[in-house]
Amino acid sequence: MSAAGALELASGRRGRPLATYGAWLAAAVALGLLPRLFSSGFALTTMSLMGVMIVFTLSYNMLLGQTGLLSFGHAVFFGLGGFFTVHMMNVVEGDGAPLPLFLFPLVGAAAGLVFGVIFGAVSTRRAGTAFAMITLGIAELVSSSALILRRFFGGEAGVTTDRTGLVHLFGVTFGPQIQVYYLIASWCFVSAAAMYALTRTPFGRICNAVRDNPERARFIGYNTQTVRFIAFSLAGLFAGVAGGLAAINFEIMNSAQLGAAQSGAVILMAYIGGVGGFVGPIIGAILVTYLQATLSDLTDVWQLYFGLLFIGMVMFAPEGVAGLLARQQPLLQARQLHRVVPFYLLALLPGLAAAAGLSMMIEMTNQLTGHAPDGPAMVFLYAPFNANAVLPWLIAVVLFLAGTWLFLRAARLASAAYDEALATARMRKSAL
Amino acid sequence: MVEIVFISTLNGVLYGMLLFLMASGLTVIFSMMGVLNFAHASFYMLGAFFGFAISRHVGFWPGLVIAPLLVGGIGMAVERYGLRRVHRHGHVAELLFTFGLTFVIQQLVEMAWGKLPVDYRVPPSLDFPAFTVFSTNYPTFKIFELLISVAIFAALLLAVKRTRIGLIVQAALSHPDMVGMLGHNVDGVFMLVFGVGAGLAAIAGVIAGPALVTQSNMAELLGPILFVVVVVGGLGSLSGAFAASLLIGLVQTFAVASNASLASAFGSLVSQRAQAYLGDIWNVTVAQIAPILPYLLLVLILIFRPRGLIGARDS
Repeated sequence: MSAAGALELASGRRGRPLATYGAWLAAAVALGLLPRLFSSGFALTTMSLMGVMIVFTLSYNMLLGQTGLLSFGHAVFFGLGGFFTVHMMNVVEGDGAPLPLFLFPLVGAAAGLVFGVIFGAVSTRRAGTAFAMITLGIAELVSSSALILRRFFGGEAGVTTDRTGLVHLFGVTFGPQIQVYYLIASWCFVSAAAMYALTRTPFGRICNAVRDNPERARFIGYNTQTVRFIAFSLAGLFAGVAGGLAAINFEIMNSAQLGAAQSGAVILMAYIGGVGGFVGPIIGAILVTYLQATLSDLTDVWQLYFGLLFIGMVMFAPEGVAGLLARQQPLLQARQLHRVVPFYLLALLPGLAAAAGLSMMIEMTNQLTGHAPDGPAMVFLYAPFNANAVLPWLIAVVLFLAGTWLFLRAARLASAAYDEALATARMRKSAL
Repeated sequence: MVEIVFISTLNGVLYGMLLFLMASGLTVIFSMMGVLNFAHASFYMLGAFFGFAISRHVGFWPGLVIAPLLVGGIGMAVERYGLRRVHRHGHVAELLFTFGLTFVIQQLVEMAWGKLPVDYRVPPSLDFPAFTVFSTNYPTFKIFELLISVAIFAALLLAVKRTRIGLIVQAALSHPDMVGMLGHNVDGVFMLVFGVGAGLAAIAGVIAGPALVTQSNMAELLGPILFVVVVVGGLGSLSGAFAASLLIGLVQTFAVASNASLASAFGSLVSQRAQAYLGDIWNVTVAQIAPILPYLLLVLILIFRPRGLIGARDS
C-alpha cells in the first residue's frame, strides 16, 4: 500500500471516492506484484506470514481500536479457527469430497464466529478492565483445556495436515509457496476490505461511540452490551479466517497458537502500528513480522527488544507508527514538511546512539550470563571485544546516557518546530 | 481419607494465604489507581529470584528482608517514572504498559538466570519435619510460610485500620479525588502503595520460591490466577480477595489430591462405545483439570454473580 494512500485511509476523509478506491486498487496491485519484486523463498514465507498476521491484527483492532475493548485472549479464535480448518482438511481429504483449498478459511471463520458468540456472551457483559481480565481467564481456560483434550488438539505435537491432498482446480496444487502466497494475499485483501467496509456502516460508527462515550451511546438508545457482543463475535470470525490461513500456510496447528504468547503478539502488532486508524494494524503486522524474522537471526534475546520497543511506544508514542505518520499529513499538504525534517534527523542521530548503547549493554549482559560457557569474547556491530572489560561498558553507558539526553533535547526542539509548522499550515488553510 | 482432607486443607490454606499476599496488593492498587497491574506476578517472580541470588551469598534470612525491599523500590520507580507518565494516555495504555513490563521482566530474568529452574533451597534451619500425621511428615518450612503470611496479613490489617496513612489509603480507595482535594499527597500515597504492593508480592516470592519451582515462567503461570482471585472476590474488595484466595487455594489443592474421573464415577452405567466417543473428557481425572478450575470458577461467577463474591462496584 502506498504511503499517500495509507495516509488517505488513516485520515478517513469522505467525499473523495477516487482517493479511497485508488488506495485499495494500489494495494491489490502491490499484493499481486510483490512476489515479482521479492521472489526468494525467505521473502515468500515472510510475506505469507505477514498476510496472515494482517488479517489477525485487523480483526484484533475491531476490538481494541474500534470498540475500545482490550482483549488478552484473541489468539483463542485464531487457534480454534486453525484447528477446525486442519481437522476439516483431514476429513475432506479422507472422504474425497470436492472442496477446493481456497474455501477452507471459511471453516476457520465459522469456528471463530461460533466461539466468538459463546465466549462473547460471557465476556462482553463487562467492559474496561474487567473485560480484559475475563478474556485473559477464558484464554487460560481454553489453552489449558487444549493440553488436556489431546485427541482434538494433538497434545504438544499438534495436528498436521497436507494442503496438496485436496481437489485441484485449474491445476493449482498449492504445493509451491507462491501459490499459497496468492491464496493468502487474496483472502487478506478480501478480509481487509470487509473489515474496512464494516467500519463505514452505522454499526461501525456505533462501535466508535461505545468506545468513546458508552454512557451517551446508552442514552441515545443503544445497548452497549449488544454492540460489544456483536463486535466481539465478528472479531472472532476474522481471527478465525487468519487462523485458517495460518493452518494452510504451516500445515500444522499446535496449542501454542492459541496461547498467551500469540495473544500478546497481536497486541504488540496492533499497538506498535497504531490502533487509532485502519492502516495502523497493517503497518504493525508487517513491521513486527519483519523484525521477528530478521532479529531472531541476529540475537537470541530479540523478544526483550520487542518488549522494550512496546513499552517505549506506550510511553512516548501511544498513537503508534501510523499515528506518527498521520500527524505529518497536514504539513505535507501545506508544503511545510521541509521545515521539520531537519529536526527529525537531528533527533534521529542521538536516538540511534542511545539505542546502540542500550543494545550493547543488553548483548554484553547476555554474553556474560546466557552465553557464559562461550567466554566473554563477542562481536557487536562488527567490533570484537570482551564483554567483561571496563572500556566497552563505559562506551555503552556513555552512548546510552548521552544519546538519551541529546535525544530528549532534540525531541523538544522537533516538537516545537512541529507546532510552529502546524500553525503555519493551519493559517494557510484558513486563508484559502 | 481423613489424612488427605487434613493435609489438603493445610496446603490449601497455605496456598490461599500466599495468593492473598499478592492479591491484596493487586486489589488495593486497582481500587486506588484504577490500574490493574499486570506485572504484579512479575514482582513475585523477581522476589523469588532475588531471594535465590541473595540466599546463595548471604543466606536465606537476609534475603527475606533485602529482596522485598529491592523489589519494592523497583515497584516505586515503575510507578514514578513509568505509570505516572502513561496515566494521561488512559487506562488502556496503563494496562498495556504493565503488560509490556511483564514481557521485559520475564526476558531479563531468562537472560540472567536462564529458562531452567534454579536450585533455590529451603534454609537448613527450617528443613525438618514439623509434625507427623498419619505417617506423613509435614515440613516446618510450610508452617513458616503460613505464619509469615498470617503475620503480614495481620500487620496489613492493623496498618490499614489503625494508622493515619492507612486511613488515607482507605479514603483514597473510594474517593481518590476528594483525598487529593483535602491536601494529601495522593501521588506520594500511590507510589508508596505501589511499592508496598510490589514488596508484598516479593515476600510471597521469597517464601514460595523454595517450596515451589523457581523458574522464569512462574509469573506467567501465577499471573492469570491472581486476576481470577481479584475478579472472583469482587474488584477492589480486600475482604473479597481474601475469601477468593482461600477458596481458590482450597479448590486447587483438593482437586490435585482427587483421582476421580467421569469414567470412575459412571463407568458401569455407560456403554463402551459411548465411552470411546467421549474420549478425553471421559477419562480425565479431577487432578488433571485442577489447573483450569480457577478459570471455570471465574466463568461461573461471571454468569451468576457478575460483581464477584463481595464486590461493591460493577466495573
